[in-house]
Amino acid sequence: MLVDKAKCVGCANCVSVCPMGAIHIGPDRKAEINQDECVECYTCYRGLSTEHLPPFLVRSVRGVLRLFRLRFEPDPDVCPTAALTPNEITWPRLVRRAFSDPVVPHESTGTKGRGTAEVKTNDVTGRVGPGQVGFVVELGRPSVGARFREVDKVTHALADAGVTFEPNNPVTYLMSDVEAGQIRPDILNEKILSCIVESKAPLERVPAVLDAIEKVSKGLDTVVSVGVSSRCDSEGNDPLKKILEDAGYTFYRGKVNLGLGKPAKA
Amino acid sequence: MTNTLHRYGNPESLRDDYIVFAIPARGINDQGCVEKLRTFLRSALKYNPVNVGEGAKGGIFRPSKSLNLISTYLRPRKHGVAPQEVAEGVDGPGTVAAVFDNKESMERFLEEVKSLDLGISVNVSALVDDTREACRLVGICPHSVEYSLGFRGRTERLASRRVLELSTMCGHGMVSFRLAQKMIDQIKEGRQTPEKASTFMAKFCTCGVFNVSRARRLMEEARVSD
Ligand code: SF4
Ligand code: SF4
Repeated sequence: MLVDKAKCVGCANCVSVCPMGAIHIGPDRKAEINQDECVECYTCYRGLSTEHLPPFLVRSVRGVLRLFRLRFEPDPDVCPTAALTPNEITWPRLVRRAFSDPVVPHESTGTKGRGTAEVKTNDVTGRVGPGQVGFVVELGRPSVGARFREVDKVTHALADAGVTFEPNNPVTYLMSDVEAGQIRPDILNEKILSCIVESKAPLERVPAVLDAIEKVSKGLDTVVSVGVSSRCDSEGNDPLKKILEDAGYTFYRGKVNLGLGKPAKA
Repeated sequence: MTNTLHRYGNPESLRDDYIVFAIPARGINDQGCVEKLRTFLRSALKYNPVNVGEGAKGGIFRPSKSLNLISTYLRPRKHGVAPQEVAEGVDGPGTVAAVFDNKESMERFLEEVKSLDLGISVNVSALVDDTREACRLVGICPHSVEYSLGFRGRTERLASRRVLELSTMCGHGMVSFRLAQKMIDQIKEGRQTPEKASTFMAKFCTCGVFNVSRARRLMEEARVSD
């Protein structure tokens, strides 16, 4: 993302909306973007409303208001002069956008967004079967971000703990060695807003896999959020609850797949 | 695709947050699902959701790309589209969601969803005990469950509880810590209302799952408590 300095009037609204804190007001009193920290999430460009005011008019009004010790303060969700400008990005920077902007078409990198449908469609796909558990490990969100070298540590730890990575997940797609959980080396320094590592293991492996996640998380420079899923029995009860309680976890929020989905009729 | 698993807060803080979403399975039942997704959202509108959305176009609250002097300063600003427009605007397979701020509305909607028999996957993202209770009431046997185990790693890089409660209501992390903090600060200084501040934040959530009603309550609590 770039700032068109000819248009920018330095209102600083974009500074607060950037989830990565990548925007600041420079010595020329106009916005500047730290390209190494920018994850190409488009939050500033897409999320801010735009007013298209002539920059000279805004600057003049600001000048006059300053004389009366007043401030020009547009609504906090507006860029008054539409100064934020997307730029062409190429590989490997493309992975930033693919993992950070939730509405980007997946085709840009061959990857498929941040994650898959997980258990949201399990009633139709049967992806997490009886006796299995799904792990969803998300790095970087919210507002912290993660480099792929941090992701690489987590995927290695999960591989060592014996999980099977979800083949359709975009992180798996970017592994050069799926068995080892090795992320391809050319993207290790790329920063993203978040990515979701998805894997599966047998139910009895839950404590060991969660333990591996706890351990690797301690050495990371980012935050991790963890989700675990399983199928319910014919009464609607799930075997995970007791396993997690026995392992000492606190949990009360989650997603419940109601089982209303059906495969399409042939 | 929505991302609502890790909304931050203790059970008391999450008491007015229920997301019900429908999602077709790619390559299995996504053919001809558009009308079903529209039906899902149209039905949701009968139960007064506080937001509805679809992954491609967004929720009720949307940024405007063509503001000018007149539309910004001389007329009351429009902050989005009518809920009906979200429902009728679905034009491809994807996730559609409705957000409720009370359990009763969610339950009544589930009852209708069950009777509609759309054949696409429906999930509830909320306090699991509340969802289970609703399922019992409506006569639904849950198929699968996914629990949030919360944050690990460098949690000291996260923001305060109040900021996290607001920011995580966009599961993709598009509501920045700084924006949430700025809104809380402006409300405390009397320069912003919780009403407007929740609308501003909701516009950054591209799936329409930001709960503006809960956000208003949280910011009102912040204003009076510290
Ligand atoms: S919101 Fe627009 S005008 Fe204001 S500082 Fe950012 S780029 Fe400049
Ligand atoms: S694209 Fe995202 S990370 Fe980059 S400057 Fe804009 S809001 Fe910040």
